[in-house]
Amino acid sequence: MALATEAPTETSTTTSPLIELENVHKSFGDFKVLDGVDLKIYPKETLVIIGQSGTGKSVTLKHIVGLLAPESGRVHVFGEDLGELKSRQIEKLRLRIGYLFQSGALLNWMTIADNVALPLHEHKQGMPAQKIKERVLEKLRLVNMEHAADKYPAEVSGGMKKRGGLARSIVLEPEIVLYDEPTSGLDPVIAATIDELVIRTRDTLGVTQVVVTHDMESAYRIADRIAMLYNGKIVAIGSPDEIRCHQDPLVQQFIHGSSQGPITNRDQL
Amino acid sequence: MKTAVEGLGNWISQAAYGAGYALVLMIRAMAWFRSAFRRRALNDICQQMHVCGIASLPVTLVVSVFTGAILALNGLIALEDLGQERLIGGVVVVSMAREMGPFMTALILAASVGSAMAAELGTMKVSEEIDALEVMGIDPAKFLVMPRVVAMIFMCPVLTIYSSLLGSLGGAITAYFQFGVTFAQFQAEGFDHLVVKDVYTGLLKAVIFGLVIAVVGCSQGLRASGGAIGVGRATRRSVVTSFLLIIILGYYITFLFYGLGD
Repeated sequence: MALATEAPTETSTTTSPLIELENVHKSFGDFKVLDGVDLKIYPKETLVIIGQSGTGKSVTLKHIVGLLAPESGRVHVFGEDLGELKSRQIEKLRLRIGYLFQSGALLNWMTIADNVALPLHEHKQGMPAQKIKERVLEKLRLVNMEHAADKYPAEVSGGMKKRGGLARSIVLEPEIVLYDEPTSGLDPVIAATIDELVIRTRDTLGVTQVVVTHDMESAYRIADRIAMLYNGKIVAIGSPDEIRCHQDPLVQQFIHGSSQGPITNRDQL
Repeated sequence: MKTAVEGLGNWISQAAYGAGYALVLMIRAMAWFRSAFRRRALNDICQQMHVCGIASLPVTLVVSVFTGAILALNGLIALEDLGQERLIGGVVVVSMAREMGPFMTALILAASVGSAMAAELGTMKVSEEIDALEVMGIDPAKFLVMPRVVAMIFMCPVLTIYSSLLGSLGGAITAYFQFGVTFAQFQAEGFDHLVVKDVYTGLLKAVIFGLVIAVVGCSQGLRASGGAIGVGRATRRSVVTSFLLIIILGYYITFLFYGLGD
């Protein structure tokens, strides 16, 4: 199997990467999750990481935001090596990154609007209450959630929770937004709405985005580039068309969702 | 044999890690006490005080009255042989203020509030809400732990005073109806034997127990993993650990103030 190397697009050749993972290794007990991941993500692109469940896609995202530290290898974000930063510096750097968790991760005892306002209350203490309210409504409008501002997370659907989580993750106007399975568990119509939001977020805010998913429809819709993670390594990376036509049987089996092929053969061993 | 030794080694290393984690969490939460007077933090603290204090009043009432009654009953059976039933006021009031008030209050809070803290924070942990706070640059020690610690440090002594008063009342009722000791005799003996040291020792215990219950509950919750089973495990551990620490610390505080002589 030929391991894919970087397949930079036109934009990536002219700029340095905003996020760079160099030979990142991570294990949980005896289970090796990341086994030398190399990845470069360039400004204003949307990179989608695909792969089977449990292959380390979310773990990769958590390394980018410093929630997990690699056992070996380096993670550079905004040109800073996260391994060299103190926890205070990482906290500061995180304010430039938005993160949409799989379940939305909204705090249950707060309304959706209060959830979205929380980062502003914590980090923009000089900001007048009226401005905070306006910013919250602006972000809720962006994700079509204005009408649910005063509802509690328990009172809204899974898709609305994700949209609320997205509004919260972009309220500080970050330069990078990370999405962990934004469409999992949603019906196709709501999933398409979330995809549109991802595209709109990139177009209106000009942010760099990393999306983790195993939903290929969604990946083709939103990606500038797609990277496939398998067995702890990036085995393919390229534009959606390049991935569609990729020669690697692993990639072909995954993108077509076939039950027969090298992935299942290996799992059965 | 080797497996048993390995198991013991693992248990010791996990216990040491847990103790270290709780200690660091306590220091981090205390470092945020300075922000306790901000409006948002004050709201959270008041909410937690309501949960710890007001919501625990009914159960504390029942437990305390019966604790006082049991103390009085046992004390009177012994004192009756000596013909000294009138001394029961001193026995009950001093026991409640010094030992049983803080002890029973702490057990109630550990079982009800500490376990709820572990379950709440554990659920937040496994549903990635704690990670979300960290990603937003919000320290869970400040946002979640500090209000709970402050609330418990304040409410545990308040509930201890309430418990001691009710326990004394329970003892007085038992003494009157079972042995004919009047309320006036009970009260006079109680105040005769109660000294300031008994009160502040009891309140100091209450403060320490409150701190222990909050820190143990929060640290177990924040270390939860593995879904619903992990949350259940964290809740059980928080209750067991708090009970053990309350009993052990209670002994040493009493020893420190009374066991070394004047």
